[in-house]
Amino acid sequence: MAKVVAVTGNEACANALRQVNPDVCGIYPITPQTDMMQRYASYISDGKVKTEPILVESEHSSMSACIGASAAGGRVITATSSQGLALMWEMLHIASGDRLPIIMPVVNRALSAPLNIHGDHSDAMGCRDTGWIQIWSENAQEAYDNTIQAFRVGEHMDIRLPVMVCMDGFIISHSIERMEYLEDAEVQNFVGEFQNLYPLLDLDKPKSYGPLILTDLYHEYKRAQHEVMLKVKNVVLDVAKDFEKMSGRKYGLFETYRLEDADIALVILNSAAGTSKDVVDDFRSRGIKAGLLKPRLFRPFPYEEIAEALKNTKAVCVMDRSDSFGGYGPLFMEISSALYQLQQKPALINKIYGLGGRDYLPSHGELVFNELNEIAKSGKINIIKEYIGVRE
Amino acid sequence: MAEMTEIRWHGRGGQGTVTAAKVLADACLSGGRHVQAFPEYGPERAGAPLRAYNRVSSKELRMHCPVLNPDVVTVVDATLLDSINIAEGAKENTIYIINTTRDPKEIRQKIGAAAAQKVITVDATKIAIDCFGRAMPNSPMLGALCKATGLITLEHLLEDVKKSFGKKFSQKVIDGNLEATRRGYEEVREG
Repeated sequence: MAKVVAVTGNEACANALRQVNPDVCGIYPITPQTDMMQRYASYISDGKVKTEPILVESEHSSMSACIGASAAGGRVITATSSQGLALMWEMLHIASGDRLPIIMPVVNRALSAPLNIHGDHSDAMGCRDTGWIQIWSENAQEAYDNTIQAFRVGEHMDIRLPVMVCMDGFIISHSIERMEYLEDAEVQNFVGEFQNLYPLLDLDKPKSYGPLILTDLYHEYKRAQHEVMLKVKNVVLDVAKDFEKMSGRKYGLFETYRLEDADIALVILNSAAGTSKDVVDDFRSRGIKAGLLKPRLFRPFPYEEIAEALKNTKAVCVMDRSDSFGGYGPLFMEISSALYQLQQKPALINKIYGLGGRDYLPSHGELVFNELNEIAKSGKINIIKEYIGVRE
Repeated sequence: MAEMTEIRWHGRGGQGTVTAAKVLADACLSGGRHVQAFPEYGPERAGAPLRAYNRVSSKELRMHCPVLNPDVVTVVDATLLDSINIAEGAKENTIYIINTTRDPKEIRQKIGAAAAQKVITVDATKIAIDCFGRAMPNSPMLGALCKATGLITLEHLLEDVKKSFGKKFSQKVIDGNLEATRRGYEEVREG
């Protein structure tokens, strides 16, 4: 029986991790870490999990400890945010290159300078090319559900890759909302016993991780990494199917909302997608065919499927909560690449919103939909990329 | 009750305002309702003005942004009436609940409340000092909010106060807060 609770996103994820009860957890326990790991440390102290904590002196070391523990043959987790993720960057490549299925909730927050601790996607977007699978979450329920599913995806024998589960800092991580917990036994049964693959601690069969590979085979090694990423989509869908059977909650590669017959649409990640759905309803009630697409799996990116979902729209705005300064927003670049392959494609614009926790309000969504409506009629785009919600 | 009730809390750091919003969210879970509770995060300092928000709805809450047009405005510290506009974005039938020793009619005039807006006062700080010896007005404010809005029954609220405070405090503090919640409920004045 599901248990209905009112909890923060951090609490929800910490509970998901408790229910999985992994072997090892790397913890760097000060800012920018959130209370997710504080809560997990309490579970360890209270004997509610058998996890071995490794307390370290930085997030770089935290990921290094996770890499060692994972290569040794354990089920391994950590969590991070903002500068912490940025400091891990070097080690993120090693986790994915060594094919280690480390699971890591990421509380998306802004990067310095200037110093800011609020919701923003710059941290996770900054490591989209590190070879990690990325799953994004709208609310506490999704963050919890995605964390549980991440174990099955990353640890799948055809995949063996690390997974980041992203949720918005403060807006979800520190805010309380209603959600449903699964039973401990359901979660344990769903994720199953951890299966080792080439554990270092199997001393009868010695092996090495991360050796020197020069021009002879490095290129092939990276191609293999690309190939395995191509298999991830199907595994994500299979795992989602099983998860739906257990929980009744449906997940895909992305979510569409009233998109089927939409003329105009937003593409938007995480919590702001929820706010935008209410705006979509408002426009629909006025007879304007608005819709929305919320990516869930960002790495690997489902280009063909998203192009298919957007192909009948007339104008689309991609909303980015981070910027590639001097370039377009990172989500825009993906959607643009996806749509380019279509013969007939919608007009496409990019709005940067909500940096450093700037509120994304329904009125912002309304402005964008109004602009899209004009573009759909005239076919004319004035500015491709623009900041919204800016104080002038 | 309307499909959705949106509440804005005004308090100062250290008065338990955020805790009150959390307790309210928990208490409102009953009957399959959807709830949210979230503070406006800034540098956390005792005495600094802060806002917190609740949404309670019979439908799924997808909106993730501050409450802009509150159905209920709860002011935990009356000194804020002089420094910020607590009526910002209020609806024509917004309910104000103010912790003050002053007469509700006087407060009505001060904040310029319209005829259809309810103004409710309660001396929550005095109740808190009477009941558990600390100027921590959050539990009597919850009692007053319960009475003014009818969002939950008093019995249900008391159960949740007990549960929330039970994790951290001694029996004496819990009993004091339960009594303070009850008195907050009973001692509201409307004007």
